[in-house]
Amino acid sequence: MGLIFRRDVAAQPKPPIAVRVRSRWSPGRNWVLHVMVLPALILTVLFSYFPMMGIIMAFQEFKPWLGFGNSPWVGLTHFETLLAFPETRQVIVNTLVISILKIIFNILVPLVFALLLNEVRFGLFKRAVQTVTYLPHFLSWVMLGAILTDMLSIDGIINSTLVSLFGIEPIFFLGKSDWFLGTIVASDVWKNYGFSTIIYLAALTGIDATLYEASAIDGASRWQQTIYISIPSILPILIVVATLSLASILNGGFDQIYNLYNPLVYDVGDIIDTYVYRIGLLSGRYSFAAAVGLFKSVVGFVLIFISYRLAYKYAGYRVF
Amino acid sequence: MYDNSLTYRTFTVVNSAVLGFLGLLSLLPIVHTLAISFSSRAPAEAHLVGLLPVGFTVDAYVETFKNELFARAFALGVLRTIVGTAVSLAVIIPLAYALSKDNQSFKGRNIYAWFFLFAMLFTGGLIPTYVIVVNLKLINTIWALVLPVAVNVWNAILLMNFFRTSIPKALEEAALIDGANHFTILLKVYLPLSTPAIATIALFTMVTHWNSWFDGLIYMTDPSNYPLATFLQKLLVQQDLRFLRRPEDVANLTNRTVKAAQIFIAMIPVLLVYPYLQKYFVKGIVLGAVKE
Repeated sequence: MGLIFRRDVAAQPKPPIAVRVRSRWSPGRNWVLHVMVLPALILTVLFSYFPMMGIIMAFQEFKPWLGFGNSPWVGLTHFETLLAFPETRQVIVNTLVISILKIIFNILVPLVFALLLNEVRFGLFKRAVQTVTYLPHFLSWVMLGAILTDMLSIDGIINSTLVSLFGIEPIFFLGKSDWFLGTIVASDVWKNYGFSTIIYLAALTGIDATLYEASAIDGASRWQQTIYISIPSILPILIVVATLSLASILNGGFDQIYNLYNPLVYDVGDIIDTYVYRIGLLSGRYSFAAAVGLFKSVVGFVLIFISYRLAYKYAGYRVF
Repeated sequence: MYDNSLTYRTFTVVNSAVLGFLGLLSLLPIVHTLAISFSSRAPAEAHLVGLLPVGFTVDAYVETFKNELFARAFALGVLRTIVGTAVSLAVIIPLAYALSKDNQSFKGRNIYAWFFLFAMLFTGGLIPTYVIVVNLKLINTIWALVLPVAVNVWNAILLMNFFRTSIPKALEEAALIDGANHFTILLKVYLPLSTPAIATIALFTMVTHWNSWFDGLIYMTDPSNYPLATFLQKLLVQQDLRFLRRPEDVANLTNRTVKAAQIFIAMIPVLLVYPYLQKYFVKGIVLGAVKE
């Protein structure tokens, strides 16, 4: 198993005093530790494990007034519908396209940005750029959705600027399927690239300075140093980020999509999560929506497991 | 060690320009919103406002705050943030403390750890969770917004790692010999030494609560219970105005300057805690993600 808890692996022999303390005090006092876990345990049972058991509704024709006990069983009907139905297949394809594009750009853009930022010698400027580019990460998609819908509209500031600069026709960014995908990926990258840079910057700061000094003496240019020192040095962390992002491949970003999409772009913009919400809670087809949700949870769980294994195998990364 | 060639110096200039431009691009939407909110109604509606207000006025803010629906949603947003953060910390801190013990001194620790880990990695999904919250009769109460998200396992792990790496084991052993129990140790030894870590988690939890809108949308069937983020989602994003009921509210809340003012007001708490967040999150993220 890759998910081993570190401290237990590295358990060191305890000095005699600690042994005595443990044997005399701990057994009688452990109930306090159990009590400390209890509130979190109860809440997790209620809001995580009960819903997991509630998954049985995916195999029922769930009616809220009948409950889990009395709703009729339908076996795998909902899953057959899920796989046979063109609409659900389209939704799965959309989710994959959106999240794969997001994963690629959310890795490449912060990487390039971190390398560029790393070249800045003037500390104040560097910190200022970091401060403002991290900021959008903390603003919610509700606020940004409202702002972007306005800015990207036909008479919004972006179109009016483009029209006056290049004399082109206004672009319907959020209303045309072929523009929607690009707009979604670009705005997601815009929101998060600054924040994602942190991890690469930390890795870049950790590189041994003597490597650069030695290569400078050998006549390496800054570009060669970047190619042969900086990038190879942060490659392990890059692999970790890339493999771990595999786990989110069925997400696509509900908050963003739901606050930016509209029926005009459902053909490319409808993802699993928005679909589950619409057909489940808005149209009342609880069981079918739960089946789609279960499909996503199971595949997601398997992907998390695989990606953590890969990250551990290739980069020695452990989460816990 | 630095490259002083002409190429590199040219690069530095171009690089600074690009980075400066990207920095401005991050601020553009905020500045644009701010400019609209301080503009007069006519130029704003005619899309004449760019990055500076046209016909400066604070009318939009006056109108926003005078509107009782907005004021109520704002108060509910503040309430859920405070209660939600307090409950979450009250649950997570003891959890992290207990899990920071090793399996020898706390029998069952590893079972608990897997129990919470599994809950983090596998979810029942939206629909079953919704049905459970309905069955627990939490609909239209603040607890529907607080309890389901209280046990944030990521934050607990972050805090657990902090406890393990940053608090000297000897302090705890000394306290145990002096007869202290685990509650006392947590309160008197661990908490005073972990203020930065707890502050980080508290700030992140606060921002998450303040920005959460979806739970309000599904768990609050009565629009007068919407916290601010949900209220704005319905009003500005879905533009579903039926929930406003009174025609004068529709007229007041939907003109462009008032919309911008509402967005900016909703951003203010995040902007206020942002400097403190920034001070801590670099450390926090590195702490949680990269271990040597």
